[in-house]
Amino acid sequence: MEKSIRKYWPVFVLPTLVAFTIGFLWPFVWGIYLSFCKFQTVNKVSFIGISNYLRVFSDDTFIHAFGFTALFTVVSTLSINIIAFFIAMLLTRGIKGTNIFRTVFFMPNLIGGIVLGYIWQILLDCLLSRWGKPLLALDARSGFLGLLILMSWQQVGYMMIIYIAGLQNVSPDLIEAAEIDGATPWQILTKIKIPMVMPSITICSFLTLTNSFKLFDQNLSLTGGEPAKASQMLALNIYETYYARSGAQWKGIGQAKAVVFFLLVVVISLIQLHATRSKEVQA
Amino acid sequence: MSMNSQIKTNVNALAQQQESKEQARARRTENVNTVISVILGLVCLVYIYPIFMIVVNSLKVESAISTSTAFNLPTAATFAGITNYIYGITQMDFLKSFLYSLFITVSSVVLIILCCSMCAWYITRVNSPLAKAMYYLCVFSMVVPFQMVMFTLAKTADTLKLNTPFNICIIYLGFGAGLAVFMFTGFMKSMPIEIEEAAMIDGYNPLQMFFKVIMPITKPTTISTAILETMWVWNDYLLPTLVLDIKKYRTIPMDIQYFRGSYGSVQMAPMMACIVITIIPVILLYLFCQKYIIEGVVAGAVKG
Repeated sequence: MEKSIRKYWPVFVLPTLVAFTIGFLWPFVWGIYLSFCKFQTVNKVSFIGISNYLRVFSDDTFIHAFGFTALFTVVSTLSINIIAFFIAMLLTRGIKGTNIFRTVFFMPNLIGGIVLGYIWQILLDCLLSRWGKPLLALDARSGFLGLLILMSWQQVGYMMIIYIAGLQNVSPDLIEAAEIDGATPWQILTKIKIPMVMPSITICSFLTLTNSFKLFDQNLSLTGGEPAKASQMLALNIYETYYARSGAQWKGIGQAKAVVFFLLVVVISLIQLHATRSKEVQA
Repeated sequence: MSMNSQIKTNVNALAQQQESKEQARARRTENVNTVISVILGLVCLVYIYPIFMIVVNSLKVESAISTSTAFNLPTAATFAGITNYIYGITQMDFLKSFLYSLFITVSSVVLIILCCSMCAWYITRVNSPLAKAMYYLCVFSMVVPFQMVMFTLAKTADTLKLNTPFNICIIYLGFGAGLAVFMFTGFMKSMPIEIEEAAMIDGYNPLQMFFKVIMPITKPTTISTAILETMWVWNDYLLPTLVLDIKKYRTIPMDIQYFRGSYGSVQMAPMMACIVITIIPVILLYLFCQKYIIEGVVAGAVKG
């Protein structure tokens, strides 16, 4: 059978392979090459070695964006996962209205980042002006909090769904046995439920971590990096280096930043997967 | 009273005690659950307030929307009816953007599902370097952030004239193949090969087999993948912005960002109306296909 399928490879594999080459492989390889070059258009490219990379690490806006992104990623990953897990616990008790609550909490996920950022900008600016505080575009601290609230609002529902599925897989026998042995609810939570849903925790923290680290749309529409790039995250910083700065050198530096960004994402994903995978247990 | 009946009454009393204890406990849990229900109900109201606020503001006149009055409900003087909607649709070319978004999403998702499920079946059933390389490249592509390829991808699309809403689906197939191939192979690995062998004996060629045997079996994964890809393509902002000519073609996210960025004073009211028009179909679709969407999210997480 394998042989006859193999003969059909132009039908089965070729379309995806061609599109994948156009849409991913070639741009990726070309991007790595361009990160070693000085260019403004693709027709005038001159190879300049690693000097783009040296410029990346002496660019203060990039270093600041890295710090902002790192802090945001840590805080948002924690807040999203803790809130989502807590709500999932409440929604697996069989209370009235569970379905309605689940529907409502998941809803923000369907709305795109640009639209969400816009909605929250109006809402938060309104609140801030009521309290006599500076608006989002004027204060990086409220920008940070605004992004945190927006991302939590959006992502909690998604992670909650995954946690609910995980919690429903924990066998009731196990919990009953623990109750008979006299375990307190806190012990059941920390000694049984959390270890048993560790695969869900792995997935959710992976998703929130990479989503937060790669955040672009919400950052662009909520604060736009204001004031003076103080609330700019890495993805937006790269975009601005590429398209908003004049000067022949910036495109090459932007591409080098993108390569550094890519390597950071890979390293963070590997560390995180390794760290939580090792805590998973078998039922 | 004999010894026996004494014990019996004792046991009965104990059992009754136990029962009333359990009843009390059940009642207590029920009370706690009611309290949780009420609290969560209130939280839900806060949760949907941002959406409610946009709907309310879309019905107000322009002058009644500012940072100090956005929370107010419309009064007789500030109620604008559907004028904002009409303005948004006619002046901002919103209907056109809506149709572009719809066309791009549908064509891309159909193409991704068809090509990637075929590719995934080949990867699962054929043991060759090409199949292996394809699989690992797809997994790898899921980690790569879009910024890494944005400039070169836009240039490639320009050179190949893949920069209109009518063929941008090829770009989406290329960049979105990773997740789809990964999800399909995840499912197909667990499919029993005996069914296919039987179909082979019945004289099906691989193409017939794929459409008549494999497609029906993979339906749940098809739905899950289609939902995840739809959520991505419909809301995607940066890829169409860089690939399409923004003066000629705008998808909904592009339209909203464009009208905010290019005008000195943003017209808030029509913008809110457009946001409402954007959100409503998505929410309706969600309410009707909720079961599939939630299953899709869970399936995506398990495979991912």
